[in-house]
Amino acid sequence: MGLHHENNAVVQIHFLPGQCQLVTLLDDNSLHLWSLKVKGGVSELQEDECFTLRGPPGAAPSATQITVVLPHSSCQLLYLGTESGSVFVVQLPAFRVLEDRTISSDAVLQRLPEEVCHRRAFEMVEALQEHPRDPNQILVGYSRGLVVIWDLQGSCVLCHFLSSQQLENVCWQRDGHLIVSCHSDGSYCQWPVSSDTLQPEPLRSCVPYGPFPCKAITKIFWLTTKQGLPFTIFQGGMPRASYGDRHCISVVHNGQQTAFDFTSRVIDFTVLIEANPEAAFDDPYALVVLAEEELVVIDLQTAGWPPVQPPYLASLHCSAITCSHHVSNIPLKLWERIIAAGSRQNTHFSTMEWPIDGGTSLAPAPPQRDLLLTGHEDGTVRFWDASGVCLRLLYKLSTVRVFLTDTDPNESLNAQGEDEWPPLHKVGSFDPYSDDPRLGIQKIFLCKYSGYLAVAGTAGQVLVLELNDEEAEHAVEQVEADLLQDQEGYRWKGHERLCARPGPVHFEPGFQPFVLVQCQPPAVVTSLALHSEWRLVAFGTSHGFGLFDHQQRRQVFVKCTLHPNDQLALEGPLSRVKSLKKSLRQSFRRIRRSRVSSRKRRPAGPPGEVQEGSSRAERTGLQNMELAPVQRKIEARSAEDSFTGFVRTLYFADTYLRDSSRHCPSLWAGTNGGTVYAFALRVPPAERRMDEPVRAEQAKEIQLMHRAPVVGILVLDGHSVPLPEPLEVAHDLSKSPDMQGSHQLLVVSEEQFKVFTLPKVSARLKLKLTALEGSRVRRVSAARFGSCRAEDYGEHHLAVLTNLGDIQVVSLPLLKPQVRYSCIRREDVSGIASCVFTKYGQGFYLISPSEFERFSLSTKWLVEPRCLVDSAETKNHSRLRDKSGPEKALGRARNSGSQSDGEERRSSPMMEHALLNDESVLKEIQSTLEGGRGSCGDWRSQRVAVGYGLSNGGGCS
Amino acid sequence: MNRSHRHGAGSGCLGTMEVKSKFGAEFRRFSLERSKPGKFEEFYGLLQHVHKIPNVDVLVGYADIHGDLLPINNDDNYHKAVSTANPLLRIFIQKKEEADYSAFGTDTLIKKKNVLTNVLRPDNHRKKPHIVISMPQDFRPVSSIIDVDILPETHRRVRLYKYGTEKPLGFYIRDGSSVRVTPHGLEKVPGIFISRLVPGGLAQSTGLLAVNDEVLEVNGIEVSGKSLDQVTDMMIANSRNLIITVRPANQRNNVIRNSRTSGSSGQSTDNSLPGYPQQIEPSFEPEDEDSDEDDIVIEDNGVPQQIPKAVRNTESLESLTQIELSFESGQNGFIPSSEVSLAPLASGTNTEFETHAPDQKLLEEDGTIITL
Repeated sequence: MGLHHENNAVVQIHFLPGQCQLVTLLDDNSLHLWSLKVKGGVSELQEDECFTLRGPPGAAPSATQITVVLPHSSCQLLYLGTESGSVFVVQLPAFRVLEDRTISSDAVLQRLPEEVCHRRAFEMVEALQEHPRDPNQILVGYSRGLVVIWDLQGSCVLCHFLSSQQLENVCWQRDGHLIVSCHSDGSYCQWPVSSDTLQPEPLRSCVPYGPFPCKAITKIFWLTTKQGLPFTIFQGGMPRASYGDRHCISVVHNGQQTAFDFTSRVIDFTVLIEANPEAAFDDPYALVVLAEEELVVIDLQTAGWPPVQPPYLASLHCSAITCSHHVSNIPLKLWERIIAAGSRQNTHFSTMEWPIDGGTSLAPAPPQRDLLLTGHEDGTVRFWDASGVCLRLLYKLSTVRVFLTDTDPNESLNAQGEDEWPPLHKVGSFDPYSDDPRLGIQKIFLCKYSGYLAVAGTAGQVLVLELNDEEAEHAVEQVEADLLQDQEGYRWKGHERLCARPGPVHFEPGFQPFVLVQCQPPAVVTSLALHSEWRLVAFGTSHGFGLFDHQQRRQVFVKCTLHPNDQLALEGPLSRVKSLKKSLRQSFRRIRRSRVSSRKRRPAGPPGEVQEGSSRAERTGLQNMELAPVQRKIEARSAEDSFTGFVRTLYFADTYLRDSSRHCPSLWAGTNGGTVYAFALRVPPAERRMDEPVRAEQAKEIQLMHRAPVVGILVLDGHSVPLPEPLEVAHDLSKSPDMQGSHQLLVVSEEQFKVFTLPKVSARLKLKLTALEGSRVRRVSAARFGSCRAEDYGEHHLAVLTNLGDIQVVSLPLLKPQVRYSCIRREDVSGIASCVFTKYGQGFYLISPSEFERFSLSTKWLVEPRCLVDSAETKNHSRLRDKSGPEKALGRARNSGSQSDGEERRSSPMMEHALLNDESVLKEIQSTLEGGRGSCGDWRSQRVAVGYGLSNGGGCS
Repeated sequence: MNRSHRHGAGSGCLGTMEVKSKFGAEFRRFSLERSKPGKFEEFYGLLQHVHKIPNVDVLVGYADIHGDLLPINNDDNYHKAVSTANPLLRIFIQKKEEADYSAFGTDTLIKKKNVLTNVLRPDNHRKKPHIVISMPQDFRPVSSIIDVDILPETHRRVRLYKYGTEKPLGFYIRDGSSVRVTPHGLEKVPGIFISRLVPGGLAQSTGLLAVNDEVLEVNGIEVSGKSLDQVTDMMIANSRNLIITVRPANQRNNVIRNSRTSGSSGQSTDNSLPGYPQQIEPSFEPEDEDSDEDDIVIEDNGVPQQIPKAVRNTESLESLTQIELSFESGQNGFIPSSEVSLAPLASGTNTEFETHAPDQKLLEEDGTIITL
């Protein structure tokens, strides 16, 4: 991936056909030439040259403000259309301005007949197109409606076309005999190209969604087919009043018309066509649309134009990600079952192969199968293949079915009748609107050996699911867990609990819920643990925690952790006391929302203005916020602090809780107030598992005097190795824990790491992190660091993420800090909150709502994108013509540039990173927050030091 | 183990030091190797051995160069005693149960006769009552200015001791910038400042911190380069025993304080303690062992109890270690420049300076060193 030194948004990208080079235009009007070089067997994008167009001294800045870029097919020249109406010519690769070749508006004016000249026909250049057959002719379209064909050698106007409407874009038919122009009133016109008539009239002019006023058609394709009937594909043009807010691309062919309706703004689109320039017809086969939140490819050859399933660039954030859970080293059997369940969900996709070819992935086959599970705001859990560089969606689980919601899923399906006009057809998976925020998933726990899955959500719901390869219809057993027990005088002011659907529910193959535990009060589930061997699930909220026996479907116990003074915990989400995290997140959302809405209001405004206007508004908003001096209160934490009962972590362990001679199952819970509860469990042996109840009694309660929230509990065996996961030993995947030596208890609070002996809890060691460096632990996880030399050697240590975004390794059992890297920017609260560690020293975090970044602390487990684009062949034109057609097509798509909205527009298949534009939005917010430009580059380079970047898209097909 | 038991005199050779130990009416003489005095525990065992009182809990004291009876109860003051003994180390042993704590303190030995007469004839009191300095275990650590001797005079190190008080710490900090002299001239650097004191809070009531004081260190760790949130977290994490080094906004105030300290330097006989934790390295673990760290464990819903430390080897000197623990930082049992205990002490000793002019000179020298 390449990163500009400037912290400016990429506005346009153009390929230089067959050169392995591309030109980018940033919103500061600078041009950058990039080339794809092979370094160490891997293709890398490297910036060669950068250039800013300068006008004559004294000229207005708009004179050189680039609106359109046309790379000439000779690959020597770049034509730059500007706001002043002049077209500048620069020579590549050095960006040398060829002044004598500039097509100034005056020069064009002189060569036009009188009757055209008297109108102010010029203004800015909207379109530049090279003649498909004759490289000496280019088409120049001006915003006032004048289009001329310019002869480059003779420097004269060959033809001109004058339309009465503002011009948006122009396209040339394959043979060059026809041009199609589209206009701001939602119309498009076809013009015959001939030099006979001096002022030709349009062959045909039509407003596809008339007669009522329509929005502009911003881009159009007119593509011929062997069958004779052309494809007309255009963006926009919807009836202004009723559908003006839709983001549509319409495809018209052979009497069929579909308006593909995208849930986010369309940034650009292109059509993949016959790559051979000698071919007589375009024969389009796929439509590639870059929407603001996703990349969608539509198969134009199959009836119904179904979408093509993307092998990468899947929209992670189709509904906002609320939590994630990583499971390493999935057994093959479970893997196959999940894939099988997922494949049945993908029947609506086209069978077409992914039409974009961007080189060869050189990344070695992943050494193991890893799953990343993301929980979403709409109550779904998505299973991603996280083994390699690309996140691939394997399976999607929806928990919505279990509950009664306002919207019945069956209704929305048939909402669109047959003869609706316009013929809208929703495509893409991005859907940020959740029916009910209570459905949101907050915690996930998957047992990879048994296939049991526990999922917990915003309204205190805990579902236990089992993988079933067949579809089934059964009722989900419901249990209520009253966490307040006998506590009196509390009143929950938050949301109500979800209403479960009564009676049997139909479930598709995959994970099917069989038990629903609903916490009362229905506060967010803040911690979850599942022990598949003992068949127990533990859950905690801000009020307490409970243990449920999902084998016998019986509640074992609940424990209220509320402090009598803690009134705030009872108020629920309506609480007046906002956490810093929450308020930060909200202000981020507010900024984003205002950006989105302002963009929607002015979709076709001049690019610079929208950008500037909104960022100015942001900046003033931020300044206003900063007027109040930032103060921090210094106060010792006391027992009366609110939310002390908030259960932060739950942990099952088979250890010496009571005495040193007998070990027993135990459940550990840590709260926000620095309390650790330990319960001794009695789980009946397997043969009597259904007959005898599971018993639990409290064995210990530890109050950490520094009262910091407990974020992690871990038991180390006699060799100071963390206890294995349940069933791990049974599956021969782990050595059985050492039960001879004495066990140790590790309690990690936000401020300290402490090791205690077991069974008598006495302090052995501690590391006071916060007291020393002022950072707090946000995430902690035991990880096995394998040696890259010796196959079977590895050590277990703690991977720690702090609130400053630092990643540290703390050794076990001596608690010595080993290494420390800055990884996530400290301002990136959502990034830090989203981080998950794997069991092998890697981690993921969200760098934008749509992208996970992957890092590694392990020398052995590295996943990095390595990709080779065969440049030797691409330089040779034959290859370009047949294989990298899509590249060219994409490049061509950029030619007609359209309104640049300051968005990152890299859908190039060559890139290892596909940055969906969310990142640029976020980056802008961040840069305004920091008040400094260029800081973005800094943190990025730091991050590279930690590991290797990977977006959701990463890699090549 | 270097117990060179050479009873009796004859310790003329270099490197050894004569020790004269008195328990009750009995004297014992032996010698120690000055360079390798060993540990206090060993010394304590040795004393019990030579006096043949193996199972008696005793208090050990010594006469320092000024003739003051000072306690020996840890390695630090033991080493101090050995290093300052010239030529003879005079040891006084009292049984714990009948120990006269008031004996410790200034001029106790030189005025021993007087003390004795006081004891014998209680009616013969002077007008000013003798200041009773209690044993270390009776001390309650209080908020104080510390490390005056090792800090530049523009800085002030304040220990806010929260333990045992119900008062909130009660102050706020903010971002700001201060001007520093650097090799490139004056430069504005970001800093952390105290922005507000809560009325009735500990910070305000001690009077040691003021609004606009620049915070330089928190428990020995420099705050430069750290964010406001980081510093906040550090302070809260250390809130049980918070040591803040500030550059007071009002530097004039600082000077006044210093002169006052030097004037009352009667207690500062040990101001050059070698073993005093400098608070600069983050490794002030012994400091940590105070009560703030004792988490509570409740077994089987039983009675809460403090979590014991696991690693220490079980020793017989429990009582002594007890003292050591409750003792803060292993000084001679006194908290330097502790304002509460300092003021009456100063007034109490004032009268005696005149009679012991040589001592006073010596102390004044110390005092000027402090103020410099």
